[in-house]
Amino acid sequence: MDQLKVFVTHYNYFITIFLMVAGLYIVIARGNMIKKLIGLSLFQTSVYLLYLSAGKIVGGTAPIYDPAFKFYSNPLPHVLILTAIVVGVSTFALGLALVVRIHEAYGTVEEDEIFAKDDGA
Amino acid sequence: MMGADVLSAVKPHFPILVVLLPLLGALFCALIQRGTLSWLLTACIAFVLPVISGLMLFDVLKTGQTITYELGNWEAPFGIVYKVDGLSALVLTLITVIGAVIMPFARRSVAYEIDSHLQSWFYTMYLLCLAGLLGITITGDAFNAFVFLEISSLSTYVMIALGKHRRALLASYQYLIMGTIGATLYVVGIGLLYVVTGSLNFDDIASRLGPAMAERSGPVMAALGFITVGLSLKIALFPMHVWLPNAYAYAPSFATVFLAGTATKAAIYLLVRLLFTVFGTTVPFESMPVGHVLLALGLAGMFIAAFAAVFEENAKRMLAYSSVSQMGYIVLGIGLANVSGLTGALAHIVNHAVMKTALFLALGAVVYRIGTVRLGDLSGLGRKMPWTMVAFAIAGMGLMGIPGTAGFITKWYLVLGALEKGWWVIVFAIVLSSLISVVYMGRIMEVLWFREPSQAAEKAKDPPMMMLLPLWVLALATIYLGFDTRLSVGVAAPVAEALFGGIK
Repeated sequence: MDQLKVFVTHYNYFITIFLMVAGLYIVIARGNMIKKLIGLSLFQTSVYLLYLSAGKIVGGTAPIYDPAFKFYSNPLPHVLILTAIVVGVSTFALGLALVVRIHEAYGTVEEDEIFAKDDGA
Repeated sequence: MMGADVLSAVKPHFPILVVLLPLLGALFCALIQRGTLSWLLTACIAFVLPVISGLMLFDVLKTGQTITYELGNWEAPFGIVYKVDGLSALVLTLITVIGAVIMPFARRSVAYEIDSHLQSWFYTMYLLCLAGLLGITITGDAFNAFVFLEISSLSTYVMIALGKHRRALLASYQYLIMGTIGATLYVVGIGLLYVVTGSLNFDDIASRLGPAMAERSGPVMAALGFITVGLSLKIALFPMHVWLPNAYAYAPSFATVFLAGTATKAAIYLLVRLLFTVFGTTVPFESMPVGHVLLALGLAGMFIAAFAAVFEENAKRMLAYSSVSQMGYIVLGIGLANVSGLTGALAHIVNHAVMKTALFLALGAVVYRIGTVRLGDLSGLGRKMPWTMVAFAIAGMGLMGIPGTAGFITKWYLVLGALEKGWWVIVFAIVLSSLISVVYMGRIMEVLWFREPSQAAEKAKDPPMMMLLPLWVLALATIYLGFDTRLSVGVAAPVAEALFGGIK
């Protein structure tokens, strides 16, 4: 019963862990380079959730300085994650650009086929 | 008089200038779009930086105080702070000096290997990478360090992808995957630390970690694990090194030269910084589970990567495997968890950077002349390119750890560190691993000096003066650092003592 309670009250952390592991699994298990990048993106996204979960107060609003509001969520994690999202997007973009170039050079984006081509040459 | 006035006016802003100059330079390089002009601008910036960091190192050593710079005048735990203490000044100076010394080599090498319309972009990436690495070293904020880590990584991926062979793209892609996983694990670790301490400033985390640890030690230990694994990926610590050999082998020569000496070193710095000054103040490093893991992985890397180097047919890949093996020494020194070991590790950061940069410079010169670094094509080059290859031999001897070279000094301190612990097996392992490095360097030397010139080597001759100069500066530094250790051990020893002093 206690475990269930932990699960229900901390469900966001379990989602974080699930996304993280799922992303990592895709990166490791898939041979398609674009799918790998999607996995990588998922993996990074899980971290956003980790930070945001910690910054959220139940019932808290945005940090607007006004007597009408008493509880604020911590804005710092949000700012940090904004930065992390930018980093994530640029990594993803660069990764996709590389995949385009790889496709031009090898004619495929499947890792095993690419390795076979280079070993043959 | 004017000069002195300007200097005293600018001096308080040195810490930010170290990052700002290359960052602005990158912007201008991207706008100029003229290869030679970009090179000139890059060289100017690259030569100003070691002056700045050298002055800071001098200041820190003389006064024994830390230089602090508050960005936008926001006080320490609230704003981002740049801090220069002995450790960061040492690594800053190393990176900037390497970054400057190799600049004369850059122009012809880059002009030869990279299409003219991409050269400016290459210098842009070089400066961005430099800014990132220096930022990692100077910042006192954990999340800021992540941002700089990604700045340097993203620009590195681009530099690697500019290599001539199509495998460069693949190497870059693999590094992108591994590097991003590493950086993300690091952010997870920082996030956990932030959750338990409520701070991102290294010193502030350190001071709050004690109470947080007492309340709940799980997240702190998890953070330690995430950060160590994440940074180990960036360090290319065995078995997380698989990206490195391909990345170094297929990147343009100049990129390899730069990365081999600096990129992994900045990651090592960040690991030392976190292990000793952040975690170390609450959890004595000796009692951290991390120490033994680092020791074991360092040892494994020293041997397995060195064996891989022995059987390698591509000289650049051979040296890349050797880099993994040498990173093993550095991590071993950290894992020894005593002052001698850490002194050895920090001094080896300097010495290995000097030697490996020289070796890759020589291979860069070979690429410039014969366009290949396959071991078979290198035969007889010793007689065709004597100036290049004598310098290569000197740096190679340093790598083997022959007395009278820089490599010997650091191995000596590592052995001392192991002896203090009474771990004879590790002493034996260090000697044995050095013997393996004699084997793979010996193999390449044999090809270079004792064989008839190959077809490719037949017409080769020494590269122009501009390319030889950096090579000889670093080769002579290998010998110089073998006799006068004030610049390596002399700086590293007090830093190592201070790092352990923070713990007691």
